[in-house]
Amino acid sequence: MSGLILTALVILVFIVIYQIARASEYVNLIRGEEETVSKKTNKALAWVLLIIFFLGMWGIYECHVHLAPLYLPESASVQGLEYESMLMWTIIITGIAFFGTQLFLFWFAFKYQAREGRKPLFYSHNNKLELIWTTIPALTLMILVAIGLKNWNNMTSKAPDDALKVQVVGKQFNFIIRYPGKDGIFGKTNFRLINDANNVLGLDWNDKASHDDIIIENGEIHIINEKHVQFVINSRDVLHNLSLPHFRMKMDAVPGITTTLWMTPRISTAKMREITKNPEFVYEIPCSEMCGKGHYSMKGTVIVETKAEFDKWLSEQKTYYSMHNGVAEAPKADAPANDAAPADSSAVKQDTTAVAVK
Amino acid sequence: MSHDATLVQAHDAHGHHDGHHEHHKQHFITKYIFSQDHKMIGKQYLVTGIIWAVIGALFSVFFRLQLGFPNSTFPIMEQFLGEWAKGGKLSPEFYYAMVTMHGTILVFFVLTAGLSGTFSNFLIPLQIGARDMASPFMNMLSYWFFFISSVIMFISLFISTGPAAGGWTTYPPLSALKEASLGSGLGMDLWLISMTLFIVSQVLGGLNYVSTILNMRTNGMKMTRMPLTMWSFFFTAVLGLLSFPVLVSAVVLLLFDRHMGTSFYLSEIFIGGKALSHMGGSPILYQHLFWFLGHPEVYIVMLPGMGMASEILSTHSRKPIFGYTAMIISLIGITSLALIVWAHHMFVSGMSPFLGSVFVLLTLLIAIPSAIKVFNWLTTIWRGSIRFTVPMVFAIGFVSIFISGGLTGIWLGNSALDIHLHDTYFVVAHFHLVMGVSAFFGMFAGVYHWFPKMFGRFMNNTLGYIHFFVTFIGAYLIFWPMHYAGLAGMPRRYYDYTQWATYAPYQNMNAFISIVVVITFFAQLLFVFNFFVSMFRGRKVTSTNPWGSTTLEWTTPIHPGHGNWEGPIPEVYRWPYDYRDDGNGKDFIPQNVPLRPGEEEH
Repeated sequence: MSGLILTALVILVFIVIYQIARASEYVNLIRGEEETVSKKTNKALAWVLLIIFFLGMWGIYECHVHLAPLYLPESASVQGLEYESMLMWTIIITGIAFFGTQLFLFWFAFKYQAREGRKPLFYSHNNKLELIWTTIPALTLMILVAIGLKNWNNMTSKAPDDALKVQVVGKQFNFIIRYPGKDGIFGKTNFRLINDANNVLGLDWNDKASHDDIIIENGEIHIINEKHVQFVINSRDVLHNLSLPHFRMKMDAVPGITTTLWMTPRISTAKMREITKNPEFVYEIPCSEMCGKGHYSMKGTVIVETKAEFDKWLSEQKTYYSMHNGVAEAPKADAPANDAAPADSSAVKQDTTAVAVK
Repeated sequence: MSHDATLVQAHDAHGHHDGHHEHHKQHFITKYIFSQDHKMIGKQYLVTGIIWAVIGALFSVFFRLQLGFPNSTFPIMEQFLGEWAKGGKLSPEFYYAMVTMHGTILVFFVLTAGLSGTFSNFLIPLQIGARDMASPFMNMLSYWFFFISSVIMFISLFISTGPAAGGWTTYPPLSALKEASLGSGLGMDLWLISMTLFIVSQVLGGLNYVSTILNMRTNGMKMTRMPLTMWSFFFTAVLGLLSFPVLVSAVVLLLFDRHMGTSFYLSEIFIGGKALSHMGGSPILYQHLFWFLGHPEVYIVMLPGMGMASEILSTHSRKPIFGYTAMIISLIGITSLALIVWAHHMFVSGMSPFLGSVFVLLTLLIAIPSAIKVFNWLTTIWRGSIRFTVPMVFAIGFVSIFISGGLTGIWLGNSALDIHLHDTYFVVAHFHLVMGVSAFFGMFAGVYHWFPKMFGRFMNNTLGYIHFFVTFIGAYLIFWPMHYAGLAGMPRRYYDYTQWATYAPYQNMNAFISIVVVITFFAQLLFVFNFFVSMFRGRKVTSTNPWGSTTLEWTTPIHPGHGNWEGPIPEVYRWPYDYRDDGNGKDFIPQNVPLRPGEEEH
């Protein structure tokens, strides 16, 4: 009912505005003014546009004053510093283009408003001008491309060999973290072995390398300050995205494909708490790829700590194998099952029940 | 002139929308519904587009209320949405459904069908001097495929599991698996079917536009004498023909994955408590196929606005467009580059980084023709004599917003920046300005400019100015602050930010934006109101060429019948931008006026 009343009210207001506007137009017409725009209106509009331009500039300033303080603290990764400097150059170059063109647009609109006796210039082309404003943007863009590709190549280059390896697996709606354990090797996984009760990543216990793997189910990634870290990223179900806004990076998690991302953290969580004067500060990881109804709540965290803190923390973690004692006789489920016949998947189902029963 | 006008009125086939159709020879159904007249089909596209635009915009109001005021309830939403907004609070599922539908509706149904469908149909025969499209029947089919596609999408809004909810890009596996989301059930099937029919409609329409422009120009209308609107519609149609069919293949493969057990996009998935049998597919394949259309789609949305703004800026500055040839070359540049930059949407998808670098280079190249166009528009109004008509202020607004939205493309196209900005509010701000608002401004400029030709009446100017100023200021107030949130990495498509320490501080900004959205929405309703009321009660057009324009559509009678010209089709002797002294005290020379003795073509 209230919806109906509101709609009726809106329509009523519109009718009133329309009738007033219509009446004023006919009055102008009776006065014998021009059909398109009257001189008075034209002048008024030119002024209003100019005023809007200045209001806009003031608005940009106000917006900056209010929102710039909410920006992220300084980049917590070395790679993010490159991002920041490149961002600066991009802001300067596009900023000049922005203010220049907007200024000309509104200035010309004001200056060349129709007036008594103004004769527009018949000016159809000028190849020299065209050449100038093709070349200048082209050269400027090449500078941005050069900086961009240099950084891009650095960011996407092969991770240093000594990088700490951490696997991050996205699922609806949280991140699961895995460390390779003492052997430094991630044990084999098979998605058909996944079981939410006791094998969240589908570790294959037949592979001995999986026995010392450590799985963190609360989405907390521990990494060592100033030591390269490589994220090995997967997804269990739909697309997700591992976003590290404080480190200025992100990478999609794609089911069936492994993606990677490496970086060098430079500010520990403790240090960042000092910088931000916020004792509760944590590096939050949002999921940035639409993944379903809980997308907005898919959160992980990064803890950047010293080597000693990290080692201590890691040594306190139990291996996933020991927590779920593995069912050593886990059957050989995975003869490569590409043909994916229904019979096959039912076989897998039996296997997982076997695992669940222990 | 007035004598002419009365004659025209007597022969008029389109002036009266008052239901007295029995006076006319044509039956109501063949005239207004299954019409083969390109002008009526254009109007059908426009009206359908407007209806969709209101629905799509209303959805954005609803989800903005959630974003701006996550802890409040709005009982009025329950009136509109029922179960989906129980107690006046949107459910997350339906929030995502509305975000998805908002994108789908506005990108495809409004800014593709409603924009190029309207103006290509309405203007192509009128501006090149043809009696109708190459195939009027196919043209009619094109509209009706669009209509059926619309009906199917509309039905999907009312089913119990809701419409598609995986974002307008509908990336699998989310969109492929009904276990993954409510919207991936029946709603997604309807989405896919609707899109397939929509593409059929676009292909039928596009073939018509291209063949009409290539083959049916009147005598003397060389390609290089066509108005820039024609060039832009031509390239829009070419882009659509080359890229839309690829989306069909993406959609059909997705349907197979959903229902036939194939694995084009799916591999190694554990969902809903069980492992699926799909192996070996790649979700990235879908992204390539989708963006192979999806990126040209951006230009399909942009180019018509560019063409119309060029035309309108020139007409209302009483000055030729500057750099006509450069404008055409830059259109060609944009069109060809548009087809080879799609993967810049996928820098962080796990695609090969080397491939990424190639796409960085190609993407930033597209800024060059765009920059040329902006400089040419600026030079067009320089030393003109500007009449601030409603279409003109919208065209100026178009240029301003195109600049603001276009420049941030240089940020996002550079992968080393995109790696942080991808899928944040920065992207939302960028594409809403450049292909949302600025395309809309081109469209509004076109509607206000050609409304007299469509209906023989003017739209109300005062309401037009109110519409312009509220929308222009509103657009900046809505989207400018979003850049700041995006720079901080605030992810898009979130239902609620309150539990994020990093993004909760942006709550005030979100509330502010939502309030502006509501105000701006009402300004759009004012436009819709103005549009429909002016159709019947607007000030009547009294001369055939009210704007003093040079192009051929203004040589037709005020109410052109099917066939457009009463006598023979006018011939063309000059380029479309001869805004100069005609020797008789007028400041323009229409295209159908022969060169004076001794006069050279511009």
